[in-house]
Amino acid sequence: MALDKATVARIAALARIKVPEAELGALAADLSKILTWVEQLNAIDVSGVEPMTAVAHAKPPLREDKVTDGGIRDKILANVPETAGGFFVVPKVVE
Amino acid sequence: MSALVKGHTGEWEVVIGLEVHAQVISKAKLFSGAATDFGAEPNTQVSTVDAAFPGMLPVLNGFCVEQAVKTGLGLDAEINLQSVFDRKNYFYADLPAGYQISQFSRPVVGRGKIVLDLPDGTAREIGITRLHLEQDAGKSLHDQHPSKTYVDLNRAGVALMEIVSEPDLRSAEEAGAYLRKLRSILRYLGTCDANMEEGNLRCDCNVSVRKPGGALGTRCEIKNVNSIRFVMQAIEYEARRQIEVIEKGGAVVQETRLFDSGKGVTRSMRTKEESHDYRYFPDPDLLPLTLDAAWVEKLRKSLPELPDAKKQRFLAIGVSGNIVNSLIEEREVADAFEDEIKKRISQKGLSPEETKSAVEFVQSPDQRQLSPSLLTAVTSSSGATSSTIVNFVFAVANARKEDRATLVRRLDLSGLGDLQDRKVISGRMVREIVEEMADTKKDAATIVAEKGLKQVTDTGAIEAAIDAILARESAKVAEYRAGKEKLLAYFVGQVMKATQGKANPALVNELLKKKLAG
Amino acid sequence: MSLNALTIAETRDRLRRKEFTARELAEAYIRAMEAARPLNAYLVETPERALAAAAQSDARLQKDEALPLDGVPVAVKDLFCTEGVETTAGSRILGGFVPPYESTVTANLWRNGALMLGKVNLDEFAMGSATITSARGPTENPWRRKGDNRPLVPGGSSGGSASAVAVHAALAATGTDTGGSIRQPASFCGIVGLKPTYGRCSRWGIVAFASSLDQAGPMTRDVRDAAIMLKAMAGHDPKDSTSAPVPVPDFEKAVGQSIKGLRIGIPKEYRLDGMPKEIDALWQRGIDWLTAAGATTVVISLKMTPYALATYYIIAPAEASSNLARYDGVRFGLRVPGETLDEMYENTRGQGFGAEVRRRVLIGTYVLSAGYYDAYYLKAQKVRTLIARDFDEAFKTCDAILTPTAPSAAFAIGDKMDDPIAMYLNDVFTVPVNLAGLPGISVPAGLSADGLPLGLQVIGKAFDEETTLRVAAVLEDAAGFEAVPAFLAGAA
Ligand SMILES: [Mg+2]
Ligand SMILES: [Zn+2]
Repeated sequence: MALDKATVARIAALARIKVPEAELGALAADLSKILTWVEQLNAIDVSGVEPMTAVAHAKPPLREDKVTDGGIRDKILANVPETAGGFFVVPKVVE
Repeated sequence: MSALVKGHTGEWEVVIGLEVHAQVISKAKLFSGAATDFGAEPNTQVSTVDAAFPGMLPVLNGFCVEQAVKTGLGLDAEINLQSVFDRKNYFYADLPAGYQISQFSRPVVGRGKIVLDLPDGTAREIGITRLHLEQDAGKSLHDQHPSKTYVDLNRAGVALMEIVSEPDLRSAEEAGAYLRKLRSILRYLGTCDANMEEGNLRCDCNVSVRKPGGALGTRCEIKNVNSIRFVMQAIEYEARRQIEVIEKGGAVVQETRLFDSGKGVTRSMRTKEESHDYRYFPDPDLLPLTLDAAWVEKLRKSLPELPDAKKQRFLAIGVSGNIVNSLIEEREVADAFEDEIKKRISQKGLSPEETKSAVEFVQSPDQRQLSPSLLTAVTSSSGATSSTIVNFVFAVANARKEDRATLVRRLDLSGLGDLQDRKVISGRMVREIVEEMADTKKDAATIVAEKGLKQVTDTGAIEAAIDAILARESAKVAEYRAGKEKLLAYFVGQVMKATQGKANPALVNELLKKKLAG
Repeated sequence: MSLNALTIAETRDRLRRKEFTARELAEAYIRAMEAARPLNAYLVETPERALAAAAQSDARLQKDEALPLDGVPVAVKDLFCTEGVETTAGSRILGGFVPPYESTVTANLWRNGALMLGKVNLDEFAMGSATITSARGPTENPWRRKGDNRPLVPGGSSGGSASAVAVHAALAATGTDTGGSIRQPASFCGIVGLKPTYGRCSRWGIVAFASSLDQAGPMTRDVRDAAIMLKAMAGHDPKDSTSAPVPVPDFEKAVGQSIKGLRIGIPKEYRLDGMPKEIDALWQRGIDWLTAAGATTVVISLKMTPYALATYYIIAPAEASSNLARYDGVRFGLRVPGETLDEMYENTRGQGFGAEVRRRVLIGTYVLSAGYYDAYYLKAQKVRTLIARDFDEAFKTCDAILTPTAPSAAFAIGDKMDDPIAMYLNDVFTVPVNLAGLPGISVPAGLSADGLPLGLQVIGKAFDEETTLRVAAVLEDAAGFEAVPAFLAGAA
């Protein structure tokens, strides 16, 4: 699949990664090459094959409904770039 | 119930499907051990898992799964023994991981149904498409700072059940009835507090309109409406809006809308083209959820009696069809009612065996045969108690903005019932006594004694009053005797007035008839 | 003999015989760590912490109450979160991040008496096969080609770990392996690298790359040390839902056991066109060593092998695109301001991620996006089923599988950098093992014509690391690999 610059820009926006306009072309070429390469899977017939979603086959462990965590605001906020009054702070979101 | 809306070009049918987010009652979050309590200081109920720190992993809370399965069983739904947790990817300030763990293609609960009891006494079955478990997001506060948004992750990771209905609803009233019934079921099950004002029940409404019997119209989704009243208003408004758009020759645009409860209108939030591409895929940090069929059956057997079953039982023991829905809406009220009527039966002076049979009949009327007199004792007790609760206690609760269940529990209803049964008081006095009990916390007998509310059952006193009235109203007596028997009610009224409402109405009737007959 | 030349097993015995102290050992390693600085293996050195832990080890050793790994100085791949010590995953976006928690695997090591020398370099978010994409610059391989002093890559992504162990600046290291990131650098640096069965070691506290593939494992001087380290690192962890609730055997017991009668599978599809002759020859030597030791060989077919890389390069980026969404500048790490929230996200992630991470996140985003999910992601998951099934079938006729670890020896820094696919081909022999969740180990087995180490890989059945180690130890014995990297030879 050859990706054009517009598609790469759309994907980059979806992934919230700023890609300078000047780099879009080279990136589109890179990504197209990788996608074309992985398309070799088209040659395989997978009809009737279940997708493998997990390696482990065991039943997942279930937690008891007990409060065992939290109450560590200092730790939660220790690495935060911007905070006020115990909150995380980000640029204003307009809904 | 007529569900059609009139437009300029004729009648329109409104098609509604609801997506309800119900917060699971649990101590800890869905995938972490942090607490779920409401109203804590910001970010104090947050673990490094909830804040999506590097390398942190989710581990599923088994009790939340149990709550979801219970709810599924309560909605008469299929339980999927294999289900999968997926990641729903999008960026938002209060979504720390950049994805919400949810269930997309394989939810834990499949198709079910809810029976609506409509105000006109009819019932209607509404399909449930699915119920899945997912994490709640955190809370963004936009009003704390002019150019900043503040984020609190206390709610992030709390377990939600998303309950999706089929587009089976046809009016705002039905939507309201659906939400009330769902709320009732959730509360009976103890799986969700279902308080829309506190945000533990949130509703998205999908609304479209069409000509009756026509193809489905384009729908709009109204997000996050937070009271049943608003849901109804939003649907009313949205249906009108869509009809107007179409009748003016336009087309409804598929979009997400917000309900402005202040103005009572919906407004556009984003159109489908701008909508997210969520890139769902199975969460590789979690294995597929496998349930044991025997465990599900055990849960099914442990379910409490649900509103529909309770309704049938209450009808069978003498509760009137007019009020049964109000009586069963809240489990606590229904339970209090049941306790009251058992007490009342035990005060009837029946033999121990009779009392036992009557109480067993209350619990399972379809299993028990009662003698006609015993049956009357039961049905009259439950009829009187239920009407006292619904007609008087609820009115007082509403007037005083008190919780119905708490008030029912607090009042001396069995004392009141005893006085009624012994004909010490008349039905007309009940409201006054209920109000007085609510105000003073005194028992019924004390109030009756203090206020002198005793019903007059002294034949002599009533006869004296009747004689006086009949002497005064000789013209009307003559009319009555000439065949105008409707006048009886007039005479009864006069006697009751003369005795300040304390006379026993049955006795008044009986004596009046005798005297009027001459 | 210098203290640093000893294996864990030897160190352990001599410490217990009190021939030297844990402190002396730690000091020797701190000196070696400092001497190795030109290789840029360590990102963070924690000598005080190492010495404090050594003092505790010495106290226990004095009382003859030694823990299994008392005094063993370990380098930790900077993908493991270490409490109070900066953890960046080699990325600018996690610059300055100090975790308030310790990963389960490293906590297990410290509980067993091991001590941390520092955090070592890796490809950014473990995405790479050369340790050249780190925000903190590339790590060098301590080996040089004969008569050529150009710096070589140590392989990757656990290149810092491999380089540090090879140059004796750590007695052992932790690595992680998503598609070969332990085994390929082990092969390139002439050490042993073991990727355990998926679920054997907890992933809790390890910065996630691709959750269904990531697995931590040891990187050591020899096979016995790998067994000793794995025992300490492994174990069921209720904090990781994919961690296997299975007992941890005493892996060391398997080392030295006979392989007489074992059936060794030789996958015919691993004979790639254009594979260097010396790799093929090495593989044949390995077969001969194992048969000489009493094993029999069977030709097996892993027919989906040719598709494993493409499958991997859909699944791993897809998972990564989601796993890396949390690096958004809100709660930790880098924040590059923006007018709006979305601008802040885009600036932070645009400047915080390097080129390879960006490429993979975009590929991953694309293959999961509306309209492409079925064609790419779902398809890859189905092929993954077939790849795992191949191994299931093969293990009906054999007990372990022998393959080369990588299709080449270490290459020069700067090579293959502008061609992502050429770089991806490094993992052609290792990736299928991750897709199937199996254990695999790389053992140094010989030198290339240029004088660079080459590894052989043993693949085992799920949770049968014991057989895997048993076969690896026989190879190790037969190979008698004793060459020393140039950096070490020069320093000695
Ligand atoms: Mg929804
Ligand atoms: Zn939802």
